[in-house]
This record gives sequence, C-alpha cells and structure tokens, in this order.
Amino acid sequence: MQELPYYPGCSLKDTANNFETSALKTAEELGFDLEELPRWNCCGTVYSLTDDNLMKQLGPIRNLVHAQSHGYDRLYTLCSMCDNTLKRANLLVKEDQDKLKKINAFMDQEPDYLGEVEVRHFLQLLRDEVGWERVRENVKNPLNDLNIAPYYGCMLTRPREVGLDDPHDPSVFDDLIEALGANPVDFAYDSECCGSYNTVDKAEVVLDKTETIINGARKAGADLMITSCPLCQFNLDSRQVDLIEVAPSHEPLPVLYFTQLTALAFGHPEACQFSENSVDPTTKVEPVKNPATER
Amino acid sequence: MPEKPDTEMVEIFIMGKKYEVPKGLTIMKAMEYSGYQYVRGVGCRGGFCGACATIYRVEGDYKLHTDLACQTTVQDGMYLTQLPFTPAGREKYDIKEINLDTNPLLDLYPELARCVSCNTCTKTCPQDLEVMDFVNEAIRGNIKKVAELSFDCIQCGLCAARCPAEIPHHHVGQLARRIYGRYQAPDSHHLENRVQEIENGKFDEELEELAGLSKGKLEERYENREIQE
Repeated sequence: MQELPYYPGCSLKDTANNFETSALKTAEELGFDLEELPRWNCCGTVYSLTDDNLMKQLGPIRNLVHAQSHGYDRLYTLCSMCDNTLKRANLLVKEDQDKLKKINAFMDQEPDYLGEVEVRHFLQLLRDEVGWERVRENVKNPLNDLNIAPYYGCMLTRPREVGLDDPHDPSVFDDLIEALGANPVDFAYDSECCGSYNTVDKAEVVLDKTETIINGARKAGADLMITSCPLCQFNLDSRQVDLIEVAPSHEPLPVLYFTQLTALAFGHPEACQFSENSVDPTTKVEPVKNPATER
Repeated sequence: MPEKPDTEMVEIFIMGKKYEVPKGLTIMKAMEYSGYQYVRGVGCRGGFCGACATIYRVEGDYKLHTDLACQTTVQDGMYLTQLPFTPAGREKYDIKEINLDTNPLLDLYPELARCVSCNTCTKTCPQDLEVMDFVNEAIRGNIKKVAELSFDCIQCGLCAARCPAEIPHHHVGQLARRIYGRYQAPDSHHLENRVQEIENGKFDEELEELAGLSKGKLEERYENREIQE
C-alpha cells in the first residue's frame, strides 16, 4: 500500500460521507492508503477574490503548511470546492511573494509556508498517475449498458490556471466512465452552474437549474449522473425531491459521486452508502451483476 | 521613612500607571500589592475558574499576551489590564429539546460559519487548547470531538474577545459538552450500580459503627487506616 496525504474537507465528514467511504475503498483497490492530513482546517470554502484582504487565505495556506510540516510535497483532494480553493490560494502565494511574506508574518507562531506543496485532485491521480488502463484492469463488476452523464460543474475545470481539464471540452469523467465499462452520455449542460449557494436562500434558482440539467441529461439518454462536488451533488440530487413537489411529473435521476461509481465497478457496493443519496440509485445499479454480493 | 524591602523589584504598569512590585508575585498579587482590591475578576486563585483573564504586553514586544492573573508572574516592563468579563452572546436552549438531526451548534451559533481559520483563538487560549480545531469540528457537526478538545476550557472568554469573526468559542464548547453528556456519552453503569448498592444499604452497618465511635477511637482508626500506595 502506498500512502498518500489526503485532505477530506468538511462536507466529506458530514453530508458527503458516502463520497469519502467510496473514495477510500477505490483508493485501496488501486493500492493506495489515503492518509488524512492531521489537524486540517476548513479550506476557506470559496476562494476569496478580495485583493487587499488576506485573512481568507490563512485557512487554505495553513493546510499547506501542515502538509509541508509532515514532509509531503503533494496533497490530494476529493471535493471540487476544496480542490479549487486550495489550488488558487497556493497559486496566489506562489506568484506573489509579497502576499506570501505577509501571510507568513501573520502566522508567526507557525512554520513559514515555502510554496512548494502541490495540490492534486483524486481524478488527477486516476488519470495521470494510475492511468485508465489500470483502472480498467481493476473492474470486477463492469457497468455494461449503463448510460452515465458526466457533470463537471464549475470548480473542477475553472479557472484554466487551476482547472484539471479543458474548461470548454472536459473529458476526464467521460474517460473514467468508459474505463469502468459504461457509456458516457454527451449532453449540453455538463458544465452548467448548478445554482451553487443560492440553495441557501433562493432555492427556486437552484430548482430551475436542477430541472434544466437533469432533464438535459435524461433527454440525452442518461440513467444516472456523476459529479465530484458535494454542493452540486446536493443541488442536483436532494433538490430533485423539492422539485417533484412543485413539478410532480419530474422523473428523478440518481446523481452519484464518481467514487461511488468506481467503488461499485471495483466490486464494493457496501462502500457506496447509496442510502445517503436522495434519489435512490439502486434501481439503476442493482441489475448490474455484482460478484461481491453474489458470493 | 519606611525602609525599602530588600527584595528585587520589577516595574509594571497597571492600566497605564507605573508601580514597583516584588519580583515573583503573580499579576493578581502584584495588583493587590499595588493597592487594588478585587471585587470582580477574581475567583479560585488556583487557575481553574477562569475569572481573572488578563491582557498584557511587555515593553519592546509587539505581541499582546493573554493569561490568567492568578497563574502568571509579573515581568519587568509589563503593561497590564484585566478583563473580568467578555460580553459574548450565550444562546438560550432547552437541553432536553436539542435537535440532533441538524447541527445544533451551528443552529444556535450561526456565527461559527464566519470562521476564516486565522487561529487567533488558539494563540490566545491561556489553557493552550486547540480552540480553532474545535471551532472547525463544530462547523462539521462533530460534537464528540468538540467536547473532547474543549474539555479543559475554563470559560475565561479571551478567545471570544480576540476573534475577528466574533464567535463565542467558550459557549460553543460548553454547549457541545452538555449535548455530548446528555445524548452521546456512554452510560456510566458502574455509577448506577454503586448508587443502587448504597440505596440497598450496603454501607449502612459500617457507617453506623463509625458514627457510634468515640473521638479517640475514631482518631485511632484514622491513624491506622490502610492507604493504597
């Protein structure tokens, strides 16, 4: 087992626990032990664009200081928002030495950040280090005939400086879906914003977006959808329950974390915690032959 | 003219006014030595009650230090002020009606979400607690972890006084410990059993015997008691 330093973020410890359990199992199957970064704090949630107030950069940078103090040159993420916030804060201080100095001066009871830790998303591990061929070799439960819509959202690919794929034509989820033996569905709304934090006080904005995105995927023939962002997942999955209340004819579509799909394909449905998903995915994934549960 | 005591003296400033006090005194005793009488901002004098929060700076150092007046000795060039109370909001709740389906800590203290992880609270804590870590755990809804990390909090409120997000950390920690104690901590069966034993009269006979002894006999028993090494 190769140990990899891993930053979970708050959602994975709370509402997106199924994201974490399925990711840990996926990693294990590929020979990696995701080692949780000790004493990590909130990533900052949303990268602060305020140019003259560095207070909001302290959180993300301290996480990188922790990684550095443990001798890690990389830190792996799962949540798209954490990934985005940590990468952008990292880029900010790498490109602006004055800001790095100021942040280090503020955190004068902690070690200086040297700007040398690299933040990587779990998808980068799969694509760039493991490779799709090895992912394919680990499939014990091919997801044949399943049509899966890849939903990228905003944070995984934008802005271009930190995105892990082409923001206009991303393919990492498509390639993953193919490697797992299923069919990626091409649909127009794969990078459409889910409505984000409007979900807190303007849920109607999110319901509108959810309807557009889910129906777009359905019309393109999708059986289910995958994502890597706990906020997108909440908006696209849990908000469908509210959507049905105002639009009873809406046909729900399950929205999974991509790691639930990998854990399932690797023969570990028990790590997926499908009961935590609002729209029940088991109606779609149950017919799939499952050697792990059949034994 | 009274003779100056033959003790090494240090120079301190109490709310801006200069005093000479013997080296080695605690801040609390130094203030009393200087003629101040504590009415509030004092309690156990043993570092447990958290009533004597102090903010000070030492000449030549930009740092604002925080500590307990009963636990910290004076240094030369100390600028002192006492902070007996931090007006941090404490929410009212009925411990019997806590909703554990959501995050009760965030429900009662939504300002928790304003935390930017600046770590000032941790740097401030005179108990050396990892305050920011338990604020982060509170946001994640991990009540058990908040209860554990805040266990040694003495409610001095210095963290709340310095927090740029105006979070009342000490009240959040206390709420978490209460929720944990009521809903999550394992039941203490040995305690229940012992209470039951006492109620059933397990020790009545011995107690009655002791109560009937003369003072001399009682002293003799005490002197010859078995002490566990």
